[in-house]
Amino acid sequence: MYIGVDLGSRTVKMAVWDGERLVEHRIAASGFAPHRQAEEMIADYRAKVVVATGYGRHLAAGHFADAVITEIRAHARGISHEFPGCPTIVDVGGQDSKVISLDAAGRVRNFQMNDKCAAGTGRFLEIMAASLAYTLEEFGQAALAADHEVQINSMCTVFAESEVISMKNRGIAREQIARAVHSSVADRLAGMLARLGHSDPVAFSGGVARNPCMVDLLKKRMPGVRVLVPKLPDITGALGAALHGTGV
Amino acid sequence: MTATPFEIKAYPEMWAGLDMDVPRFDKARLMLGEMYQKSFLSQAKRPTGMAYFDNMIAEIHGGRIKELLATKAEGRPVIGTFCVYIPEEIVLAAGGICVGLCGGSQGSVPDAETILPRNICPMVKSAFGFKAGRICPYFQAVDFVYGETTCDAKKKTWEILDTMVPTYVMEIPQLKRQRDLDLWLAEVKDFKAKVEEVAGRTITETDLAAAVKIMNNKRKALQRLNSLRHHNPTPISGKDGLLIEQIAFYDEPVRFTKKVNALCDELEERIKAGVAVPTKNAIRVMVAGTPMALPNWKIHNLVEGTGAVIVNEESCIGTRYFKDCIDENATGMEGMLAALTDRYKEIDCSCFTPNDERITQVIKEFRDSHAQGIINYSLQFCHTYNIEEVRIRQACEREAIPYLFIESDYSAEDIGQLQTRIEAFLEQIGG
Ligand code: SF4
Ligand code: SF4
Repeated sequence: MYIGVDLGSRTVKMAVWDGERLVEHRIAASGFAPHRQAEEMIADYRAKVVVATGYGRHLAAGHFADAVITEIRAHARGISHEFPGCPTIVDVGGQDSKVISLDAAGRVRNFQMNDKCAAGTGRFLEIMAASLAYTLEEFGQAALAADHEVQINSMCTVFAESEVISMKNRGIAREQIARAVHSSVADRLAGMLARLGHSDPVAFSGGVARNPCMVDLLKKRMPGVRVLVPKLPDITGALGAALHGTGV
Repeated sequence: MTATPFEIKAYPEMWAGLDMDVPRFDKARLMLGEMYQKSFLSQAKRPTGMAYFDNMIAEIHGGRIKELLATKAEGRPVIGTFCVYIPEEIVLAAGGICVGLCGGSQGSVPDAETILPRNICPMVKSAFGFKAGRICPYFQAVDFVYGETTCDAKKKTWEILDTMVPTYVMEIPQLKRQRDLDLWLAEVKDFKAKVEEVAGRTITETDLAAAVKIMNNKRKALQRLNSLRHHNPTPISGKDGLLIEQIAFYDEPVRFTKKVNALCDELEERIKAGVAVPTKNAIRVMVAGTPMALPNWKIHNLVEGTGAVIVNEESCIGTRYFKDCIDENATGMEGMLAALTDRYKEIDCSCFTPNDERITQVIKEFRDSHAQGIINYSLQFCHTYNIEEVRIRQACEREAIPYLFIESDYSAEDIGQLQTRIEAFLEQIGG
């Protein structure tokens, strides 16, 4: 068994690869000690190799992991497996977002990450959903259904939130504001894609790829480019780590 | 190895005499000592010649300050500068000492932010904060500061700094046409006149020739060190290389030159013996960009923490400081000053436009240093280096050089993200 664990800022993801297939995957909240969480998750498996990735990868290396790779490389590996030859990846995680460009063999050619702040990340969407009293699920659906669009100008989470509050107070419809929040994230991602350069198709990974409005808006910003979402977008990194283990 | 903890020596009485905030400064001293121990003394396979430079850090707030004060007591000038465009040899020729006061510490930034806007370059804030908080003995010891007009952040800060310590400004042109170079030479002459006034003596041709020789020898020693770092595998860590380049800005030049050369002798022996730091197959990275002033070791710590090694700094605390020497054959004061200005104009700072020389130089240093990738580093809010990044990136794309751009300040908040980006970059190089 090859196990990949992705110790993210919000969740720990695990993927188990038996050499031919993905046989199991799990997701759990990171909690205070993500490496403990991860250790528990893998305890049930007789692992051959454990590869850690994500924010807590070095912590894991000190405890149970046999090898460590960055999220960038893990996502590249995971996406190349699911969509062989795919040249570009957008990954939106809890704490950061990244754009990765790959060569024909699936090796990382270049990458970009968002800067320090939370804007353009899953966390940003969560905060905004909460301030509009939506669950994350409803949030994407409502935004998708909005018929009209307003604009959020601020890129900073704190300022954007006060912008959202003032929109609420001006009586703007909730789903329109939801749409505006999604648009601001999509603009950020499109900006990163333009800076790095992308070609067709673009794979969209990370938990935020399950949000239908985000997928839709990303497509709209790249006319003529296919946007591919893996079956299990959250575990792309964990799967990539597990696959990396086959070569360790 | 004995486990005596490294400590930066305390001289509270001398500090009080310099009107410093002693309790506060003492705390900073302990923190710096800890940081130094962790970053430097823990390195494996350090050359024995680093002991001198370790001591320069241990005595950073004592031994060297004593020398400065002794110089002042003899009526010789001690001048603080912030840029490698200020010609040190003129200060030296007048019997004085020139110290680089650039700030690389997060500790003094809050002091600056009580006065200056927050969104300006951290180097300017850190340096200014040292004066505002009275927490840098060098700043307290200088007779005056000679600033320049290289960037807006500095230019406008001088006006405020001048209320705390006399601050003069040299105009550095931003183009290199003949009329700009004429202005530059005139500015150099003004600088000389000011230094002479404070020193109470006229600089003779013999004085200047001797000073030029001292500075050229120092540059040659640093060039020698740099080319030894370029050897593959490299015999010394990038952290130690950077440290020496940083110490170059406050140490006595003749002694410093001797110690750098002695270290180079040792490094040559190491190369013969096949010593590789940290390991033979370590990934080699070159850094380009804005200066990393003491104690800014952020990028080097991150890169070398992963087992890679930095083999060159294309920076003012790096090659821009020592790559060019002054022509020693010039004669007559006029001719000598012209030769001096000629050399200074070769420093390819991003404040110049156009600045094609720098793009060429970055690629040349990449080749010379046998690096496998370039990390371009710009301090936050430094417009000229941030924008010049575009051209460096394009050049690297053209030459198929693995490239990573980092914009950062002195705070620790982006360490996690930087670590991921740097590791991913090294994975990309390592294949
Ligand atoms: S980067 Fe430019 S302004 Fe700064 S020290 Fe170097 S030459 Fe001077
Ligand atoms: S790094 Fe840039 S902004 Fe900062 S002092 Fe130097 S030139 Fe000015």
